[in-house]
Amino acid sequence: MRKVGWLKGFAMVLAASLVLAGCGGDKNNEAGGASATGSPSASASGAAASGDKIKVGILHSLSGTMSISEVTVKNSELMAIKEINAKGGVLGKQIEAVVEDGASDWPTFAEKARKLLSEDKVATVFGGWTSASRKAMLPVFEELNGLLWYPVQYEGMESSPNIFYTGATTNQQIVPSIDFLLEQGKKKVFLLGSDYVFPRTANKIIKAQLAANGGETVAEEYTPLGHTDYTTIIAKIKEANPDVVYNTLNGDSNVAFFKQLKDAGITSADLMTVSVSIAEEEVKGIGAEYLTGHLVAWDYFQTTDTPENKVFVESFKKEYGEDSVTSDPMEAGYVAVYLWAAAVEKAGSFEVDKVKEAAKGIEFNAPEGKVTIDGDNQHIYKTVRIGEIKEDGQIVELWNSGGPVKPDPYLTTYEWAKGLSE
Amino acid sequence: MQWMSRLPRRAWLLIGYAAAAAALFSAPLYLNDFRLNLLAKCLAFAIVALGLDLLWGYTGILSLGHGVFFGLGAYAMAMHLKLAAGGSRIPDFMGWMGLTKLPWFWEPFKSFAFAAAMGLILPSALALLLGFFTFRNRIRGVYFTILTQALVIITVTLFVGQQAYTGGTNGLTGYTKLFGYSLTSGTAKTMAYLATAAALLAAFAVCRHLVNSRFGKVLRAIRDGENRTRFLGYDPAYYQMAVFAVSAGLAGLAGMLFVLHVGIISPTMMAIVPSIELVLLVAIGGRGTLIGAVIGAILLTQAKSQLSASYPDFWLFLLGALFIVVTVFMPGGIVGLIRQARQAILRRRSENEITLDSIVSKSNGVV
Repeated sequence: MRKVGWLKGFAMVLAASLVLAGCGGDKNNEAGGASATGSPSASASGAAASGDKIKVGILHSLSGTMSISEVTVKNSELMAIKEINAKGGVLGKQIEAVVEDGASDWPTFAEKARKLLSEDKVATVFGGWTSASRKAMLPVFEELNGLLWYPVQYEGMESSPNIFYTGATTNQQIVPSIDFLLEQGKKKVFLLGSDYVFPRTANKIIKAQLAANGGETVAEEYTPLGHTDYTTIIAKIKEANPDVVYNTLNGDSNVAFFKQLKDAGITSADLMTVSVSIAEEEVKGIGAEYLTGHLVAWDYFQTTDTPENKVFVESFKKEYGEDSVTSDPMEAGYVAVYLWAAAVEKAGSFEVDKVKEAAKGIEFNAPEGKVTIDGDNQHIYKTVRIGEIKEDGQIVELWNSGGPVKPDPYLTTYEWAKGLSE
Repeated sequence: MQWMSRLPRRAWLLIGYAAAAAALFSAPLYLNDFRLNLLAKCLAFAIVALGLDLLWGYTGILSLGHGVFFGLGAYAMAMHLKLAAGGSRIPDFMGWMGLTKLPWFWEPFKSFAFAAAMGLILPSALALLLGFFTFRNRIRGVYFTILTQALVIITVTLFVGQQAYTGGTNGLTGYTKLFGYSLTSGTAKTMAYLATAAALLAAFAVCRHLVNSRFGKVLRAIRDGENRTRFLGYDPAYYQMAVFAVSAGLAGLAGMLFVLHVGIISPTMMAIVPSIELVLLVAIGGRGTLIGAVIGAILLTQAKSQLSASYPDFWLFLLGALFIVVTVFMPGGIVGLIRQARQAILRRRSENEITLDSIVSKSNGVV
């Protein structure tokens, strides 16, 4: 009896200490939490007097299905913070990052957003990837009057007074890419997407645009997230014989789709695809050999030729390894930190309302070129780019919009989009 | 310390419950906005855990599909809140998907009473239906569990696919008002918290009554020997259907409260992983004891939040270690462990008393 007893006791102590470690750790979150994640501000070894420091939140999925994408954005945001701190911080204060894990779970995003705003009292938060995570955080930021910088391209139809959107909205990625295809004479479009909000909304816009401009939607197919068998879809594509497949698949599904497409003997020369969710990081995961020659639409590529981008890519490789690549959402996250810092400097204050007011019209020479904050909808002007994937996994620009495009999340300036945003 | 052992066990239990209730109801006085919100979420999970415990701990039926029942309750409430927030306009996502007027089945959700009733009735009815086809055909054990997983997959696919009617993967979010009051005010939050605490106490009382009644005895009989119970003249199928429906209803209730506090419901929360996590709450707390389900839900949800805040990069490993430790070393969960400790103490005490008695008797003999 006693023999088992001590074992149970040991287990209980172990379990209890795990729970206690969690509870206890919370108290020194500012110092401990940051150092655990290699945050640049941890160097100030616990002497976290609030006088010379300002806290900001970083809220991405560090675990779960979205972590593969979101961790890279977290890294570029931390790098921007480190760079700004090295130059003396903002308003003379060093930025301290409080990193939280959204765990690819939308209620967790809402919970952590509330924690960052009401317990850590952060000045602003950089975070989110999926639309669902942003939709979960939005009410919290509006309620507590917080400030969120959202760095990923999305389906538009939103403009919260408490969010700055530094990724592309539809008229900065999808709409111009369809125009590009129509100009190239590719009129028969096959729409293929994962079954969630972004592809469905994007395809609705594409269908309206094609219908109004002499294009044709030959089919619209959705597969569940994580779907990996594309033989049926590929058969349907062969049958429909489109000029181009517009691909809004996400995550693992892309790996399966492109491998099976190649196995079926279809290369980019036979059938062109345009993807909006495949960036350099994803190319690495799928394998460049399957993607060579296919097109993608973004606002930034690692190869984008600006002096700022050379520095950005170089410092990123130095920080996170020679093998690491940079991508559009990472760049948008990096830019978000700089835009916030610039707005704070201009406002002379960390107060959300003042920062928001000051942010209007702020310009920044980003790796993607000049970006400007649109004061009305809090999106940013961005240059649209279409590129071709090469054997080495890099993307080479084929076309760009010639200059930054004004963000129009509700597509109000397009005649054919009337009724979409009602 | 003598008086402590003299009090009957029942009195101790009552004192314990009263203290727990007092602590729950006074929480708004000493917790900040974020902590109160988190606790409210824990309490909502505790209600699902109670229902699951009735089903799994007391009747021996393992459901890995309770996320669906939870989700149905949550969607019912969310539909009402979404309509209340939009006023006369249709919810925003419907507009993008080309709907111009509210679908007919959304209409009645304008009434809070209807939404609340549906939050309980829909999950229970679905459970009854599934139970009708499984338990009456004597499908049980692993086969039943697999069917509940299938239910999860069907429901999630349906909700994601019908984006125009359900909001798709984004789910329903952006609520502002309930009964015309702003949901974001401090009072509204405190009221919502108190409602959740009251719901948990009520659910606990109902479950306790159920397990102590004749109904509860039959449930345990089914768990320990379904055929024997049948030979005694009971039809296990009806009991199983009933307890499954009650359990689903409790999950629906929890879902309704969850939406009030968290402000979002999406199909991911009905999916397989959250459904399994709900079962883990019961396993960690101690299945077959109602208080264990509650303790498990509160502790685990808190631990998840605290661990992930303190160690954002590797908290999942800590949580995983905790699960392994509990399942390997503490099959009875936390409550099982406490019980064992209590029995060990009692045993030692009685051993001591025996030796004392024997010494006394011996000395008597000598004298």
